[in-house]
Amino acid sequence: MSGGTVEVRLTVNGADVVRRVEPRYLLVDFLRHELGLTGTHIGCEQGVCGACTVLLDGVTARSCLHFAVQVAGSEVTTIEGVTADGTLSPIQAAFHSNHALQCGYCTPGFVLTTVELLRENPTPDEAEIRQGLTNNICRCTGYVNIIKAVAEAASNMPGREG
Amino acid sequence: MKPAPFEYVAPESEAEVLDLLGRHGDDVRLLAGGQSLVPMLNLRIVQPAVIIDLGRCASLAYLNDENGALVCGTMTRQITAERSPDVRQGCPLLAAALPYLGGKAHRNRGTVGGTLAHADRLAELPAVALALDAELIVRSEGAERTVAAVDFFLSDLTTSLEEGEMLHAIRFPKAGTTARSAFAEVGNRRHGFAVVGIAAALEVDSDGACAQARLAAMGVGATPVRLAAAEQILEQGSLSADAVCAAGDAAAQAVDPTDDIHASVAYRRRLTATLVQRTVHEAMDGTRRAAA
Repeated sequence: MSGGTVEVRLTVNGADVVRRVEPRYLLVDFLRHELGLTGTHIGCEQGVCGACTVLLDGVTARSCLHFAVQVAGSEVTTIEGVTADGTLSPIQAAFHSNHALQCGYCTPGFVLTTVELLRENPTPDEAEIRQGLTNNICRCTGYVNIIKAVAEAASNMPGREG
Repeated sequence: MKPAPFEYVAPESEAEVLDLLGRHGDDVRLLAGGQSLVPMLNLRIVQPAVIIDLGRCASLAYLNDENGALVCGTMTRQITAERSPDVRQGCPLLAAALPYLGGKAHRNRGTVGGTLAHADRLAELPAVALALDAELIVRSEGAERTVAAVDFFLSDLTTSLEEGEMLHAIRFPKAGTTARSAFAEVGNRRHGFAVVGIAAALEVDSDGACAQARLAAMGVGATPVRLAAAEQILEQGSLSADAVCAAGDAAAQAVDPTDDIHASVAYRRRLTATLVQRTVHEAMDGTRRAAA
């Protein structure tokens, strides 16, 4: 089977997709190259930076640390899927209004990490926000405005997702 | 796409896994949660011919209460164990260490058995297993053996698993009412790899004196190590500030760490002493001490 391809079925942002890929094809490459969902960014490709974070069956996961074939049958939510109609979610709007991004490369990972963070703790204090985001790296902002944005998103959307 | 090509198989039963392991020899890697293995594949540090994915073997993910022990199936996700009331109550040292294993995204996917079988010298659970005298249940086709934690970890990334064998489950002895425990580590970043970590498991008598101490350190060698000299001082009974301080100093003298870009030998010894003190105090009074 080396060099061969396998069929992979996934539900991505609510849509069923099927492609044939090599077993070594990473989920992040499947999303970007096969589906054109380029909002999921590739940073370190070793699980450290968080730019490729997606929701895998509802919880955060590094899409660079999974093979597409390995998660076949799963539901994946990418940054393109955080709202159904392409408008900004409350979290995205808070990032925008607080200038919580500069180059924006890390932002999709931060937004999806924040979706899980606020679902599990709708009223985090600053220390909990910092702790919750500690595994996502931003090289532009110094994090201050990201923390502010997450706090604002929490206050704007108690208990809601997205 | 970074990894070298490999043949991928995802059996749905442990029997099939063991059959495949037996047939493929040593050029095969088991894929559990993948949070350590996939980076190594991406970087081509490892290039196995065959990957056997355990992710479809539902029978390997369980937490059972068996004869005074908490038995954790190898594919139990770290986050599942971390949030399990049975783990928190029956095995508080394991529950205390699990949040240190990585970010939430890693713990959502990483497994208890995966990190133990991977045996990174800076992994937390090998130290916990050593401090608790946990047993590792190892299976191969038609056979099962039980390995004490002290015999399981041989070197960095190396265990006593033989060709054709897999880690089936881990048996953690449950904490009784006289057990006290704590885990602490210090790293250069909050969620990066630790520099040094200590897992402390104590037994106290009815007067609050220390009847037994088991301390394991990580980050001071190629495997976690027990800190016998410190344990002996604590087992003299008194857990006074002076006794705990002496135990920390004895531990720092006994370990044999190496220098690297992350920390010097002197710093690792200093951290060993500090973290021994911190974990023993925390185990006894249940409160986290500020960093020394």
